[in-house]
Amino acid sequence: MSILNLPLEFTGAPHNCGRHSPQNTFSSSHAQLSIMTVFSLIIINKAGGLIYQREFQPGLRKLSTNDYLVLAGTFHGVHAITRTITPRLPLQNTASPVVASPGTNAPTTSGYSYPNPGVPASGLEYLETEKFRLTCFQTLTGTKFLLFTDPMTGSVETVMNKIYELYADYVMKNPFYQLEMPVRCEAFDRHLAAWLRGRT
Amino acid sequence: MSTNKASRIGEEIWKTRVDKVNAELVTLTYGTIVAQLCQDYNSDYQEVNKQLDKMGYNIGMRLIEDFLAKSGVGRCANFRETADMIAKVGFKIFLNVAPTVTNWTSDNNQFSLIFDDNPLADFVELPDDGRAQDELWFSNILCGVLRGSLEMVQVQIEAHFVSDVLRGDDTTEMRVSLVRYIEDEMPPEEE
Repeated sequence: MSILNLPLEFTGAPHNCGRHSPQNTFSSSHAQLSIMTVFSLIIINKAGGLIYQREFQPGLRKLSTNDYLVLAGTFHGVHAITRTITPRLPLQNTASPVVASPGTNAPTTSGYSYPNPGVPASGLEYLETEKFRLTCFQTLTGTKFLLFTDPMTGSVETVMNKIYELYADYVMKNPFYQLEMPVRCEAFDRHLAAWLRGRT
Repeated sequence: MSTNKASRIGEEIWKTRVDKVNAELVTLTYGTIVAQLCQDYNSDYQEVNKQLDKMGYNIGMRLIEDFLAKSGVGRCANFRETADMIAKVGFKIFLNVAPTVTNWTSDNNQFSLIFDDNPLADFVELPDDGRAQDELWFSNILCGVLRGSLEMVQVQIEAHFVSDVLRGDDTTEMRVSLVRYIEDEMPPEEE
C-alpha cells in the first residue's frame, strides 16, 4: 500500500520514459499501438462545470485552474453545438414497431431522424491533432469524460469504460461525495493511477 | 430490445461482474434501518415511508452510474423497454430478483412490478399495533431508488407500492408511472 501513497503525479515510471528517448524512434508504430499512453483526464458535470482534472504523464504543460474551468465550459458548449448541427434525414414511412406515445423520446414527432433512428445524436466524440487525441464519452446521465491520449493508441474505449466503472465505484458510491461537485476522492485517484500504470 | 435480451444481459452481468455479499447481511441491515426509523418517528408510518423513499432516491442517483458502467446499455427507446431494463437487468444485478412486468395501461405509461421474491423482506413480520399493517410500506426504499436512478437519465416517474405480502396481500406489487421525459438534459432533437 505504501507505494500507492506516492504523490499523485507519479513521475519517472520506467516504462513511460522510453517514449521520447532516442531509441524509441526505431520502435514501429505497431509497438506503440500496444502502449496505451493516457496523458490526462478531465471530467465535466452535466452543467458544464469542471469536476476533475488530472495528468498521468510527467512533463505535460499545465494550464492554470481557471483555464481548465474555461476549457471545460467551452467544450461543454461546443459539444452541445455539435449535437445541434448533426444532420437528420426525413423519416422513411416504414411501420415503426412501437407506437410513439406523447413523451416517448424517440424522435419521431418531427418527421426527421438521425441516420440511425432511436439513437440520439452523440455530439463530438473525437478530436485529433498530430500530438494527441481527445476522446469524449458522455454518459446517459450527462457527465462527460475527456481523455487525452497519444493519437497512435487504439482501444480508447476499453480505457474509457474502466474509468467510468472506477468513477461509479469510488466517486458515486462514496457516501460523502456530493453529486455534481468537484471530485476529491483519494481512492479514485489511487485506483485510476494503479490501473493505468498496470496497463502501460 | 426484447424482454429476453434484457434477461440475458441481467443474467450475464450478475454472473460475471457483480461482487456478492451475504444476503442476510443486506436483509438485517435494511430491517434495522426500517425498525430504527419506526422508533425515531414514533411509529408515524407515513413519515417512515417518506424517509425510506428519500433514502432510496439518494441511492438511486448514485447507483445509476454503476448500473450504466456495468451494463453498458444505451438509452431505452420507449417506456416499455425501460420497464424491462429495470426488472430484468436492474433488479437482477443489484438484488438477484427479476420482478414480473405487467398490468400496462393502454397508453404504455404505467406498469406494475410483481415481486415473487423480495430479499429485503425475509424474516420480517410487521408490528401488530393495528396500524403498521395498513400504513407501512416496508420496502418503500425501492420506490425511491427507481425514482432517483431514472431521474438521472431524464425520465421522471412516480412509484409506490399497492400491495405487499407482509400486509397479508397475495402479491407484492409496485406501480410505476411515467410522469415525463425531462427535456432540459435531452439531446436537442427534442427541441
